[in-house]
Amino acid sequence: MSDALTNRIAQVFNEPGCATNTAKSEVSRKTGCTKQLTPGAAAGGCAFDGAMIALQPIVDVAHLVHAPLACAGNGWDNRSAASSGAETYRLGLTTDLTELDIVMGQGEKKLFRAIHEVIEAHHPAAVFVYATCVSALIGDDIGAVCKAASAKWGTPCIPVDVPGFVGSKNLGNKLGAEALFDHVIGTLEPETTTPYDINIIGDFNLSGELWQVKPLLDRLGIRILGSVSGDARYRQVAMAHRARVTMLVCSKAFVTLARKLEERWGIPYFEGSFYGISDTSDALRRICGLLIERGAPAELALRCEALIAEEEARARAALEPYRPRVEGRRVLLYTGGHKSWSVVSALMELGMEVVGTSMRKATENDRERVVQIMGDDSHMYENMAPREMYTMLRDAGADVLLSGGRSQFVALKALVPWVDVNQEKHEAYAGYMGMVDLVRAIDLALNNPMWADLRSPAPWDAPLATGAVLPAPQGACPITHIAAHPGQLPAALARPLAVASGSATDFEDC
Amino acid sequence: MARLVTARHAVSTNPLKSSAPLGAALAYLGIEGSVPLLHGAQGCTAFGMVHLVRHFKEAVPLQTTAMNEVTTILGGAEQIEEAIENIRKRAQPRFIGIASTALAETRGEDVAGELREILARRRDFDATRVVYAATPDFDGGLQDGWAKAVEAIVSALVPATQQRDPDLRQVTLLCGSHLTPAEIEELVRMVRAFGLEPLVLPDLSGSLDGHVSGNWSGTSLGGTPVDRIALAARSVCTLAIGEQMRGAARIIEDRAMVPAQVFPALTGLKPVDGFVRALMEMSGTPEPPPSIRRDRARLMDAMLDAHFFTGGLRVAIAADPDLMFGLGTALAAMGAEIVAAVTTSQHSPVIGQMPCETVILGDLGDFERAARVGDAQILITHSHGRHAAHALHLPLLRVGFPVFDRIGAQDACRLGYRGSRAFLYEIANAVQAIHHRPRPEDFGATPPPEEFSHVPHSAPC
Repeated sequence: MSDALTNRIAQVFNEPGCATNTAKSEVSRKTGCTKQLTPGAAAGGCAFDGAMIALQPIVDVAHLVHAPLACAGNGWDNRSAASSGAETYRLGLTTDLTELDIVMGQGEKKLFRAIHEVIEAHHPAAVFVYATCVSALIGDDIGAVCKAASAKWGTPCIPVDVPGFVGSKNLGNKLGAEALFDHVIGTLEPETTTPYDINIIGDFNLSGELWQVKPLLDRLGIRILGSVSGDARYRQVAMAHRARVTMLVCSKAFVTLARKLEERWGIPYFEGSFYGISDTSDALRRICGLLIERGAPAELALRCEALIAEEEARARAALEPYRPRVEGRRVLLYTGGHKSWSVVSALMELGMEVVGTSMRKATENDRERVVQIMGDDSHMYENMAPREMYTMLRDAGADVLLSGGRSQFVALKALVPWVDVNQEKHEAYAGYMGMVDLVRAIDLALNNPMWADLRSPAPWDAPLATGAVLPAPQGACPITHIAAHPGQLPAALARPLAVASGSATDFEDC
Repeated sequence: MARLVTARHAVSTNPLKSSAPLGAALAYLGIEGSVPLLHGAQGCTAFGMVHLVRHFKEAVPLQTTAMNEVTTILGGAEQIEEAIENIRKRAQPRFIGIASTALAETRGEDVAGELREILARRRDFDATRVVYAATPDFDGGLQDGWAKAVEAIVSALVPATQQRDPDLRQVTLLCGSHLTPAEIEELVRMVRAFGLEPLVLPDLSGSLDGHVSGNWSGTSLGGTPVDRIALAARSVCTLAIGEQMRGAARIIEDRAMVPAQVFPALTGLKPVDGFVRALMEMSGTPEPPPSIRRDRARLMDAMLDAHFFTGGLRVAIAADPDLMFGLGTALAAMGAEIVAAVTTSQHSPVIGQMPCETVILGDLGDFERAARVGDAQILITHSHGRHAAHALHLPLLRVGFPVFDRIGAQDACRLGYRGSRAFLYEIANAVQAIHHRPRPEDFGATPPPEEFSHVPHSAPC
């Protein structure tokens, strides 16, 4: 690993914007916040995976993975980040390094040619080149190749130096964001700016969630100038430095980027979420408040409050019909971070009982909010082993599990309804109406008549009442006229059937 | 017949192949009570696991040695030992199958040697059989990884014998990576119909068939019992399904003198006839069971019904070599023309026998181009082919791995008399689903002049 990368990792882990980090002692801060992975008991993606997740939603960019097959081949086309325009980002592009490439040291040359081919074939706004374990190990300098390629063909080629072995998905998110800060943001100027320009960082527009929120922003006249990276264009990212305010959606991974935008370009940021009704309102208030501080007219706040009042009332009215269908049902929530408390409060409002919520990836702030909402921390837990969760669900410890795909089959095999609330999901649950969609999904899962059938006993679960003995067969079959006496073949079958009279060819009407 | 051409480009657009370690992991999942372990960074496992889960819609136990930057430089033997220890603690597996990745192989680790040393030292691991296959991502695809894993399993677990002590009623069924759980079941049914008892290896039909089991396990559920693998030495014969299984069959032959027969494909009348003939000879059954006879008669009828649609049908197919060969030859035997064939690995003799002029070693980008040039009427490949299908407006038959945008991939059966019949129906129905009413323009004719056309008008009041 290059010194540059080592320094970069040390630097992203020393994050003053991160509450967890600032609370640490000087010594433990130096060791960074990456957890040592346990061989044989690790789960989750690598740094490369994280960078890809962070950057791939930039839709008009070609994402080229410099690696042997597995990195791109096993992972392309597996997320539902939506695009309103270009489809370039959906292509699975890799240099597919072979044994010969590696042994002969042809990696850099192949990469250079690959970049050329990609530009020729797809005319992308930019090419993002991802280094991986093998290309890092053989010492390919993707930075130099990208520089040469940018100079030669005029399309920006951005190196993203994230070999998987450096750490987890979270670190990859950070390193991906760093690449944007170093090479993209601030390289282009918007034609016009308005006092209503914002950045949204950390939303990937999965299944179109950004679009569930965008109508609200549209009505307030707020423009998404920079997006990292939901439905983003390359130019939008390059112009992000001209926004007035940054909203940080997935705080853990991207806080460094938001802080740097504030330090270098003076753009204030706040952490917020679009999951749940109260959170959506809070987020809108914060956006408008900060915009006004940065010079937007004060009447924005009034318009914002009017919108919130209208939308909240609409959402609550839309939720009400579901109340009798979900009231009193027990939910187990197994997600990470900010999703926990905002969704918890909305579900509890509908009379659902939250029997547990995981606090993986959650900040101190998140914890406080959960305690505030649920009264104490007895329902918070860190991790739950699949077997433990299976036992709990099977023993009817909860009526429905809300989680990511990883625990999907734990619930289903325990015959417990499951609703996908993680990033790989195919439904959008953001904003006011997203909450309605989520409750609708919970209702559909919970109240499907299938569950009762599935849980009912199998025919052999109860003993037979009487040891009835079948009578011996009698008579003959009404169709074949074969008598019920084994061993004797009826005369009709012993001889060949007679051929019907008439011509052998006259059965076809022609 | 066919010539293999390697696509000449530096960038692979929309990969066709899945990686070799993934194939090895899948093979290991066909052993009962197993946990596959990939020796590499944790992402190698995470991507692979997501891939498997999307296809099978099942939780898949898959673990990683989680190599980091230190072990990447200094070597990962300790990671392997620690991983085995942790997996044993958490899941009590009877079998751990290790597959290396590009990361471990690029650094040039002697995993086999290290593992020998670990297992000799750690006698507390004895209750778990540990097998290792070298499967760098940069060489071959899923099929090659699968074959290497099965070779590693039989090398480690089938005992070398000096004397034959055959069980005349037992045959070993070595299943290639292209077989679905339903197809393994169909083969088992056929073998049993002749009074023979199959020893299936690896057996996904019990582990990844999709069932509710009533308890949760950190290992594979079902599959070939570890203790039974040694019995392959006593089988009367090894039946290798897929050319890729020839290597493993040879190893059993060398170690235990069990004669082997390889069936590269079992889709279509003639290939299945060959298989049935072999079963008849092996079991000494001059008359096949009535069910087999009836299934053959029904396949014949399906061929009669389907040939109207398959005759002259221009097919583009992209798959691992054995699957491509099996389905490609079956369609060619039905009069179809293979206008584009793309495959994932150069390591297979069946490529040369494909009923077409060239087979491209390439990706789905090549597939789309070749299908366009060849004016294909139907596409056959895995789910990622949806992009090509969308671009070319052609029906796509999803076969192989991964199939993630349809459910029930494990239940598709396209071999044996029954499966071939179903396959022909699938093809014929996909063709019929392309609805096209004849228009004069199709034939260069002009439509009747405008003046004859009735102009609708509302009734006068």
